[in-house]
Amino acid sequence: MIVTTSDLLAILPLIIVATTALVVMLAIAVRRVHRLTASLTLTGLTLAFVSLFVAARFAVRSVTPLLIVDGLGLAFLGLILAAGLVVTLFTYVYLERGVEQRDEHYLLLLIAILGTMALAMSVHWSAFFLGLETLGVALYSLIAYQAAQPRAIEAGIKYFTLAALSTAFVAFGIALIYADTGSLELDALTSLATEGSLLTLAGIVLVLVGIAFKLALVPFHQWSPDVYQGAAAPVTALIATISKAGVFAFFLRTSVVLALPLDSSYGLIVAVLAVASMFIGNLLALRQQNFKRLLAYSSVAHMGYLLIAVFAIETWALMGAIVYLAAYFVAVLAALGVLITLSGPTEEAETLEPYRGLFWRHPWLAAVLTLSMLSLAGFPLTAGFIGKVILVAGGIGNTLWGLVISLILSSIIGVYYYLRVIVVMFAPLPEGKTQAAALAVVPWSAWLGLAGLTVLLLWIGIYPSPFFATVEIVLGLGR
Amino acid sequence: MILNWLLLIPLLGGVVAWLVGLRRPMWSRWLSLAALGAYFILVLALWVTNVDRLTVATEQPWLLQFDSAWIPQIGARYHLALDGLSLVLLALTGLLSLLAVATSWQEIQDRVGFFHFNLLWAVAALTGVFLAVDLLLFSFFWEVMLVPLYLLIGIWGHERRIYATLKFVLFTQLGGLLMLVAILGLYFLHGDTTGIYTFDYQSLLGTNVAFPRLAFWLMLGFFAAFAVKLPAFPLHSWLPDAHTEAPTAGSVLLAGLVLKAGAYGFLRFLFPLFPQAAASFAPVAMGLGVIGILYGAVMAFAQTDLKRMVAYTSVSHMGFILLGVFSRHNLAWQGAVVIMVAHGLSTSGLFMLVGDLYQRLGTRDITRMGGLWTLAPRMSRIALMLALASLGLPGLVNFVGEYLVLVGVYKTNSWMAGAAAVGLVIATVYSLWMLQRIFTGENVAGWHIADYGRRELAIMTVVVVLLVGLGLYPQLLLNTTQTALTHLQATTAATESSVGQAQTLVQPYEQLPAAGGDGTAYSLERGK
Repeated sequence: MIVTTSDLLAILPLIIVATTALVVMLAIAVRRVHRLTASLTLTGLTLAFVSLFVAARFAVRSVTPLLIVDGLGLAFLGLILAAGLVVTLFTYVYLERGVEQRDEHYLLLLIAILGTMALAMSVHWSAFFLGLETLGVALYSLIAYQAAQPRAIEAGIKYFTLAALSTAFVAFGIALIYADTGSLELDALTSLATEGSLLTLAGIVLVLVGIAFKLALVPFHQWSPDVYQGAAAPVTALIATISKAGVFAFFLRTSVVLALPLDSSYGLIVAVLAVASMFIGNLLALRQQNFKRLLAYSSVAHMGYLLIAVFAIETWALMGAIVYLAAYFVAVLAALGVLITLSGPTEEAETLEPYRGLFWRHPWLAAVLTLSMLSLAGFPLTAGFIGKVILVAGGIGNTLWGLVISLILSSIIGVYYYLRVIVVMFAPLPEGKTQAAALAVVPWSAWLGLAGLTVLLLWIGIYPSPFFATVEIVLGLGR
Repeated sequence: MILNWLLLIPLLGGVVAWLVGLRRPMWSRWLSLAALGAYFILVLALWVTNVDRLTVATEQPWLLQFDSAWIPQIGARYHLALDGLSLVLLALTGLLSLLAVATSWQEIQDRVGFFHFNLLWAVAALTGVFLAVDLLLFSFFWEVMLVPLYLLIGIWGHERRIYATLKFVLFTQLGGLLMLVAILGLYFLHGDTTGIYTFDYQSLLGTNVAFPRLAFWLMLGFFAAFAVKLPAFPLHSWLPDAHTEAPTAGSVLLAGLVLKAGAYGFLRFLFPLFPQAAASFAPVAMGLGVIGILYGAVMAFAQTDLKRMVAYTSVSHMGFILLGVFSRHNLAWQGAVVIMVAHGLSTSGLFMLVGDLYQRLGTRDITRMGGLWTLAPRMSRIALMLALASLGLPGLVNFVGEYLVLVGVYKTNSWMAGAAAVGLVIATVYSLWMLQRIFTGENVAGWHIADYGRRELAIMTVVVVLLVGLGLYPQLLLNTTQTALTHLQATTAATESSVGQAQTLVQPYEQLPAAGGDGTAYSLERGK
């Protein structure tokens, strides 16, 4: 196996992120300067994002049997790195508020991103497993990072236990697949599309459990509200966006290979997961008073919607998945960005109380959060509407009426709780609370992140054509 | 380009009014008034300059259009077009939104800038709804309309506003999403059979005749959206709540314009796109219309909250529209359009009257009112006019609309017409009863109220003059919309009769050449 220069250039984004992790580690060893560490991370991620254009020149290309550089992978890499930049920015804002051990946070963040990138590019079970574990190990430590907070430890242990269990499922599933097909390559699965053996099917379903766990699909969602709540807000942002993107990319890949028909037993399982996640996620969010838990349940529902794309495998549906995911990322990151901005040094703005009357105190922050909620609810002018249109279109194009109707009905439930957040923001200021008391100084880095997200949210929502064109080009690479 | 200005003026005006209003609330009122004034003048100018073309039947249905790429990847275009029907509704939008700003002059005192921002953006979204002829664009405006209305009611409404707004949003959002699904279904149906994936209204006409079952379901998706907005009988329950809790301007926008969007949707989209499915569904829809007329009237009679009562009269009047449009008779369609305008004026007037009363009395409870005529004679006379309009007195424009609808329906289904006419009797009872309870009798509660001032009188004069003027000369409205309606009916009839099982009810227009010839040819082929 000879690795050529072209191979290395094709996986340049991975190499850059890995190198950045090393550089950050060395920099920390020399001197702990928060701003420097954050800047190094940002620079590394920016370079990695730029290097996607280099990598795109070599697509489609298999690099070792483990990884592939293709349109699907690059599109997800773009999403992951862009989200990574925003998460880093928000991490900086958050850690500036007097958290003690700051610098290692970035190191773990980079490792988690590296893991998801590997997931998005893997075409081999071992690459998948390595990616999953790289992500997982980084996440365990990140969730429990603020060891002074008992809740963080609790969430960390909870996530660790359940994730370890799900990893065991995945490992067993891979073993079964290997035992049956004699290969660890994803392409060896194709046989299932016609009439697979029971062993492979069992293996795939076990792997599906692991994937469903990471995506927090019902009934594997129980960890997510606790972890969303217990982890520091920037880590929540990481879990809500990046970690899901990587796993979902791999899931899409397996679905492409399996050419999943809805009426197969495997397809039925996925459909049940999707519908259950849509309804149960939205229903559980209805009565939530905690904003972070609300977002956790809302993400359960959104991942349920996203599964529609898995059934509709063609460019149109892949595009639907990416556009929807992008819209979802922007909205969730904006929401968590506002949460981070409003959080104090000791306490996060995780209940709905700090948002009461926000519009009259901080009109711009409230406007961002309002737009983000409208986007999650799927109202026009925001990216959420366009995402929903494309996703539903993909579903209808493949006559998945049942799934589409489930999406519509459950998203009506969703509108209720997103609007509740908006209602709170427009409520009159609580009595006796002066304006100054609740007013935090909004740092410029938070403004930068939020402004960028808002522009994206409206731009994709109103004039998505350039974005669509880009996604189309990327997905069509090498064809 | 003029059509774009109709969107841009309220959009930009809204932003400026908001920013200015942060420091100087009064300026934001004047600014909104100026922006809407400009909007209204622009619409009138369009009307005047096109007045000759309005009555001439042409192949091309649009007086004016603007077409440019929006999302070419999926075949969605930014396509706005104006015909007589849109023109009338835009004029109504301009006028009523001016009145809405004027009537809020004293009622709204806090966050004035943001209030006007929402009002103007609602106007912009409505304008988009009345102009869009790309189905995705239509759906875009249709749903975006909810947000400013939601904020208007949710922030400046009365006590139970949170409940009312949630109900309003959930109902309309469900309808809107079902319509979106139907639009996408139609999109794929057209694309899969012709290879052209487009949301363009005229290309999609006559698509689905070959698949009656699917067409029926898709039609129901559209029906859900429009029937919720209208509102039609079992889907109306958001309306009394939303109206009761809304500030006066919100009620004016809702009753005067938002409900009309539902009626407009039937005429513009539902019938031309799904003529057969609509025909087979017509008996049910007409039945719902009649139930709505009677139910709304009876419920109005039973209310003690004045605003709730007016809201229920809306349900009743909208029943006439539903009945009229689904009779698919040309006269009934014209009548329905006249009712849109008439109801927009008279009900907005009534809501403003209720708002004025509420400001003076601090209550909307009819049982606590009485004997106000001697205290406020000007107000009482206006109220008398509005009540007479609402009950359909000849000489006022409401009468024209209801009469035309009844004539048209009678030709289709005389029983339905008879039942609907009973609604008129109940309308007389509740209107006069309302007047008696409020303005005559003893002033038991010992009220002392001021009569109408100059601003309020001016607003109401506009309404009353138009009610009488259009009542005496309804030809102005009929002329404007006739060609547009003829076109819509011809399109409906063409696709319908092409399959050979239509019971065409539009005799005068059968001889017209079939619009959308390609669609017809195709449907003949597949219909076998």
